[in-house]
Amino acid sequence: MAWHSVAKSADLDDDEVIGVEVDGKEIAVYKLGGVYYATHNICTHEYACLSDGYIEGDRIECPLHQGYFHIPTGKAQGAPVTEDIPTYPVKEEDGEILVDVPDK
Amino acid sequence: MVVGAGQAGGRAVEAMRAAGFNGRVALIGEEAYPPYERPPLSKKLLTGEVEVETTYLNPVEFYADGDIEFMAGVRAESLDVEARRLGLSSGAEVVFDKLLLATGGRVRRLAVPGAALAGVFYVHTIDDSLALRAALAGARSVVAVGGGYLGLEAAAAARVMGLEVTVVEREANLLDRVAAPEIGRVVGDLHARHGTRVMTGADVAAIEGEGRVSGVRLADGTVLAADAVVVSIGIIPNTELAEAAGCEVGDGIVVDEFGETTVPGIYAAGDVANHPNGFLGRTLRLESWQNAQNQAIAAARAMCGAPVPYNEVPWFWSDQYGVNIQLAGVPERWDDIVFRGDPGTGAFSAFYLLEGRVVGVTGFNAAPDVRFGRKLIEARAAVDAETLKNPDVKLKDLVRQTVSTAAAAG
Ligand SMILES: Cc1cc2nc3c(=O)[nH]c(=O)nc-3n(C[C@H](O)[C@H](O)[C@H](O)COP(=O)(O)OP(=O)(O)OC[C@H]3O[C@@H](n4cnc5c(N)ncnc54)[C@H](O)[C@@H]3O)c2cc1C
Ligand code: FES
Repeated sequence: MAWHSVAKSADLDDDEVIGVEVDGKEIAVYKLGGVYYATHNICTHEYACLSDGYIEGDRIECPLHQGYFHIPTGKAQGAPVTEDIPTYPVKEEDGEILVDVPDK
Repeated sequence: MVVGAGQAGGRAVEAMRAAGFNGRVALIGEEAYPPYERPPLSKKLLTGEVEVETTYLNPVEFYADGDIEFMAGVRAESLDVEARRLGLSSGAEVVFDKLLLATGGRVRRLAVPGAALAGVFYVHTIDDSLALRAALAGARSVVAVGGGYLGLEAAAAARVMGLEVTVVEREANLLDRVAAPEIGRVVGDLHARHGTRVMTGADVAAIEGEGRVSGVRLADGTVLAADAVVVSIGIIPNTELAEAAGCEVGDGIVVDEFGETTVPGIYAAGDVANHPNGFLGRTLRLESWQNAQNQAIAAARAMCGAPVPYNEVPWFWSDQYGVNIQLAGVPERWDDIVFRGDPGTGAFSAFYLLEGRVVGVTGFNAAPDVRFGRKLIEARAAVDAETLKNPDVKLKDLVRQTVSTAAAAG
């Protein structure tokens, strides 16, 4: 277990996503309907930060070529993305958002 | 049966299997490569930042693993609709129940003296891109003929590789076919800042050289020295098979929202297809990555008995000098252009308005703006130009308000 504080709760509004870095890993943190989620931040098609993307329901749309990933599970949702992205446990404590990133 | 193993053909066979179709699926492609994406050909494949395999839609094994018969290096030469039979360049014949024509287009060639000289290049296939890459590595100066997105990308790639580059465009503005003059000028400035010379309103009279290219002569007599010339002046849709089959052909093969041609059971998708678009209220032929992928998927589903109409706000992107340019909508007319952000500083977007509604948007390193712009185009909602311009207003909030107001108004 390695919980890292990545942001203040106040930094993230509902239906928003931010990009953070933990131990050199790029992570996207989302808030959907009051619930936090975290996934790897880099698209599996070409190179793009999903945190610059667009949230539609419970999916994140890549800003470059509109590949979709399911935020809770990281599942790729069809062309052009075919490879899933990892997800990470996330929780809120004392006004901070914490993400559990596995050590290498 | 799918003819044309480009992006559209490749996505179609994938979608047929994804839709649960268990019958025979065959893909016939003239090129030696498995289906691939063309955008990197004028970008990172040209500069050598990525290699050929990264452009493939799927790994080579995908086709055999998915029980898809992929015939590479084979051309479909004749089509007998009555017998539902294709004649192939290999001499073989194949029969089908349903056929998708995803034959794309071929490059329009420059028709001036000297156009056949060695050193004149086009960028349409992987082989073209690799040949140009090799030529640029040994060249000092290059002239790009055609100031559309493709020509500008090739010019940017050559400039990044350290060459002396001139872009020659016949019209008064860059991107004349696809963007407002204001946007063409911003792109022109981007090139100028990177040391690329841009000449608009300049017509090519001849390519000069003994045996190989030495320069480009313009209509006004100016001669531009060049070791290589890259021509990007559009494509011509490959409609011959459809014509032979009696399908209606206008600018491309005419299809409905399910990709079906006027001959039942024969479908077309991608660059070759002229299709209806509900958001624009007209039919059009698009040469874009999004359309090649999603229209092909829609046609594939319809062929497998699970039709979903294809209707999307057209979207396109281009990468030049590390700037990601995106555009949504295909505005033919507008009465105002509203800038959000400052074109001089890099990141900005421009909204095309017609009678108070957003009909198009272009973003420079502003993907989220374009995404929200697409929402506004879809909603056909009235927006206030001042609000749109105001950097303190989040587009997310503006979209939410406008879209719900539009929905309430019916
Ligand atoms: C260099 C380049 C850069 C681009 N960059 C962008 C970009 O940044 N953004 C964007 O949105 N779009 C871009 N595009 C456009 C996009 O790539 C095309 O719209 C897309 O490739 C069209 O796909 P398609 O499958 O319809 O046609 P194609 O990709 O042209 O594929 C058609 C295939 O069919 C084959 N074929 C034709 N006739 C026959 C026959 N009779 N028998 C067998 N095979 C046949 C051809 O050999 C070809 O392989 C770019 C295009 C090019 C060329
Ligand atoms: S980089 Fe994400 S869809 Fe292409």
